[in-house]
Amino acid sequence: MTPVTAEMPKVVDRQGPSGTHRLFAAGNDAGLAEHVQTFGALPLHGVDARLIDVVEASGLTGRGGAAFASWRKIAATVDARSGAPLERKPVVIANGAEGEPLSFKDKALLAHAPHLVIDGLLTAARAVSGGQLFIYATDAGLPAVERALAQRHDSRSIRLVAAPETFISGEASAVVNGIANGPALPTDHRRRLSESGFKGRPTLVLNVETLAHMALIARYGSAWFRTEGSDRDPGTRLVSVSGPAGDRLLEVAGDAGLGDVLSSADIDTSSIQAVLVGGYHGRWVRPMGYRLSPTGPASHTVRPGAGVVHALPDSVCGLETTAQIVGYLANESAKQCGPCMYGLPAMARVLNSLAYGGRDPQLVRELGRLSRMVTGRGACHHPDGAAQLVGSALEAFSAEVAAHLAGTCTKRMGRRS
Amino acid sequence: MSETLHIDWTRCDGRGLCTELLPTLLDRDDWGYPLAKRATNGDRSNVAVRPAHSEAAREAVYLCPKMALSLANQVAGFGQ
Repeated sequence: MTPVTAEMPKVVDRQGPSGTHRLFAAGNDAGLAEHVQTFGALPLHGVDARLIDVVEASGLTGRGGAAFASWRKIAATVDARSGAPLERKPVVIANGAEGEPLSFKDKALLAHAPHLVIDGLLTAARAVSGGQLFIYATDAGLPAVERALAQRHDSRSIRLVAAPETFISGEASAVVNGIANGPALPTDHRRRLSESGFKGRPTLVLNVETLAHMALIARYGSAWFRTEGSDRDPGTRLVSVSGPAGDRLLEVAGDAGLGDVLSSADIDTSSIQAVLVGGYHGRWVRPMGYRLSPTGPASHTVRPGAGVVHALPDSVCGLETTAQIVGYLANESAKQCGPCMYGLPAMARVLNSLAYGGRDPQLVRELGRLSRMVTGRGACHHPDGAAQLVGSALEAFSAEVAAHLAGTCTKRMGRRS
Repeated sequence: MSETLHIDWTRCDGRGLCTELLPTLLDRDDWGYPLAKRATNGDRSNVAVRPAHSEAAREAVYLCPKMALSLANQVAGFGQ
């Protein structure tokens, strides 16, 4: 496939960063001077709705988890705005609330490249002729953004809002609800947020990393963006890698090999039995062969979600680890929707039983039944994510399941006696 | 144009009236909440309603004590 390239009027006469080292190219704690020095000034006055075509040609997808085509979200917001009265100017929100305990890339981005996020937000706002602008992040991410905003005079319309440290505070409707009303809980959204979000206005919620990429696409164009990654997954993405060797933040090419990502994080793949990709709503896979891409056959690709890669060492029981995660997810339910409020604790109980001594073969069937029961039934996808995690655990740790049902555990550190 | 019955889970309390009015469309789950017998693309919050059940669906919307139901001709299908 030859990508169609649409270009914005070029104002900066410079090349974008080469290689996968893009978002942090201005260095750690980059201030405005380093930022402009590295990337050039933001050609903001040249940005309008034509940016949608550029973003479409770039193939940029959301880096917050759902990997939705970014241009579609922007276009839907513009559509909702057309014909609307002036006071219904779209609201644009930079979402930096990563409730995922294994994710730290958004905090790092806000801390070290806040100007890129601000550039992205201003760019998106121009594209949709936005009114109110927000940056929403947990306390860890706010001080650097505050300092960055104080350094520039093109960002007075941006308000900072603190997000609570909960798993679901970053879900798009929870973000809008949290900023507009206080509680960062998902809401029933029969209508799209792009049509009716913040105080009924067209609302565009984009992840902070997505916005940072957009800031570079606005500068260097879609063809530059596509010089890394593949046709099905162009560009780069930040990945929070965790495991026995500690935490490592990487920026990798789209469609990267999982094994390469682990090696880049200095993880010895021979000591790893499985990898959790996409976080607590993600999928357990064995390390070999998979590529990180939002699209592609499940046999060879695994969706990166918000870019979370967690390596499970050989010595740890995957069922126990998953049981702990599901217990956490049950606890993090907003407890607004019945199937989630009752279904997730029920799943956690059954999985706990399987992990810690239960030998009834019906436990596996019951987990499947409960997973099917909660899926697709909630204001947000929290139950769906939990069900996906459990399903992948039963598959990836099938030998472990058999061992547990037989009263043993194959892992040394497994608590089986 | 077919209609869809939207369940607002944040309102639904599992009283079960809708499941009695629409037994061909809805079961009850372990906790009494309405459980769509058929999912549309994995979505069981927006239940397809054939014209034959349109009247009963309207009644369910009207009678739901938690005002958790609504009928529409199309559903939001966005990734957010």
